[in-house]
Amino acid sequence: MQQLLELSRRINLSQYVVYIGFLLIFLFFAITLGDDGFLTQRNLTNIILQTAPTTIMAIGLVFVLAAGEIDLSFGSIVAVAALSSAVILGEYPLFYGVLAGLGVGIAIGFFNGVLVAYLRLPSFLVTLATMGLFAGIARSMTNLRSVPVINESFVGFFGSGSLFGVPSLLLWTLGAVAVGHFVFRETKLGAHVLATGDNPRAAQVSGIKVPRVRLMVMMICGGLAGLAGLLYAGRLQAARYTLGESDLMTVIAAVIIGGTALNGGKGTIIGALVGSLMMGMLNNGLILMGLSVSDQMIVRGVIILIAVAISLRDVNR
Amino acid sequence: MLDKPTSTEVLRLQNIHKSFGGVVAIEDFSLELKAGEIVALVGDNGAGKSTLIKIISGVYTPTSGSISFDGKEASFRDATEAREAGIEVVYQDLALADEQSVYMNMFLGREKTKGPLGMLDRKAMRDETAQLVKELDVRIPSANATIRNLSGGQRQGVAIARATHWATKLVLLDEPTAALGVAETAKVEEIVASLKERNLAVLIISHSLDQVFRLSDRICVLRRGQQIGVRETANTDKNEIVSMITGV
Repeated sequence: MQQLLELSRRINLSQYVVYIGFLLIFLFFAITLGDDGFLTQRNLTNIILQTAPTTIMAIGLVFVLAAGEIDLSFGSIVAVAALSSAVILGEYPLFYGVLAGLGVGIAIGFFNGVLVAYLRLPSFLVTLATMGLFAGIARSMTNLRSVPVINESFVGFFGSGSLFGVPSLLLWTLGAVAVGHFVFRETKLGAHVLATGDNPRAAQVSGIKVPRVRLMVMMICGGLAGLAGLLYAGRLQAARYTLGESDLMTVIAAVIIGGTALNGGKGTIIGALVGSLMMGMLNNGLILMGLSVSDQMIVRGVIILIAVAISLRDVNR
Repeated sequence: MLDKPTSTEVLRLQNIHKSFGGVVAIEDFSLELKAGEIVALVGDNGAGKSTLIKIISGVYTPTSGSISFDGKEASFRDATEAREAGIEVVYQDLALADEQSVYMNMFLGREKTKGPLGMLDRKAMRDETAQLVKELDVRIPSANATIRNLSGGQRQGVAIARATHWATKLVLLDEPTAALGVAETAKVEEIVASLKERNLAVLIISHSLDQVFRLSDRICVLRRGQQIGVRETANTDKNEIVSMITGV
């Protein structure tokens, strides 16, 4: 008994919240909405495909939070990247459109990163400012107009296409999770990100180039937000300044519930994936239940609050 | 063996002087350290002990004076260069990453990798860590344990083990037992004493004279940045050291 208690204390509960929450929400909707189409293969596939952009943003945010920083600007990066890509695709071939989207994302990440890493400005304030800055740029870029994406190979590649029957959005999700997990768990960069978020001074005196790590995570987050922008543009066959606007809370919640520490030193890509799927499932179920938009927001807010509270409870012990 | 390895000089500080702006922190300090020797650095708060450690470990550059390390003139531009030369520091406030495992801390910033993709070689790091903590008799649950779940003594044990692992010549200890209880202090002292057998030179800052007399071969006293003197531990007593520290 004593050993069992000791074991339960050692196993960090917060790591499993996301899996338990995912199962509970799934079971709840499966029972209450079983006859309303929740359990159909089509609907479940849809959930996964719709969460592709948020999952990819979440992967970037895991790196940032694990390094002890935060990025609030990724939603705006999504919009600017998608618009840049769409505008370029209007005149140039696929490659340049992709390059524009990813390049803009990485460049904004670099901009954030330099301010955070080398000028030592708090990332919360830097990205709060750049969130507004780039949201404004996204609006002014095309005078609030949405830009259609007519490049068919782009739409196939980042939206409705598939490879051997596997939808491309699913492939992007799996690819990003696999690469993200590998880099985060299995490489020096991942280890340095964790060390930097955990104890920057210890990392510094151990020879880790802390500023470079901070710059890197902001660039990774920016680049992945750019990719998320491409996926939105591909799926909707258009780019608009509102893309990514409402994803901030969803993505942060997915990452925190997934088991990544808000104050650095701890993170998991797989947890973020499951967290993101959980948020997507929640959205989907609440819509199927016929809740009004305002009711959906309220229920979602309450559930996120509960999940985050449980996730952070034993951290603050 | 005529030339015992224990007699080789590792570090020589000559007429070190350090001032910050107009404030003199260290005035004309000279000391040499031999392999397998433990020298204690004592003095009141603000005497300049930590400044001296930072000068040796490359964090500060001396205003004047020369440092020779391992027989060669040394001018470390930063802590990384000093570390590469074989100098390791154990800080008072433990430079450990709390949420990471013991083995990842042991290899912090110097992770072992394998394969073309540069994958972390966790197994090799774990095994080496397990071996080292066993050799030094640091009693921790396992190399996988998270630092946060260890006691203060175990943490300091890990910090010293890490320094020992990487130091090829010299270990600097800045009050390694300041935050520890009696039993834990004894354990850490045991580990420090065992560094002699590894033929490392050790410079230790301590506020506990009992500890200094238990561990050191020589004692160097600083007062307000001035070097008051160096004594062989065997040929001095607490009264003399105390009066050197306080100046009365």
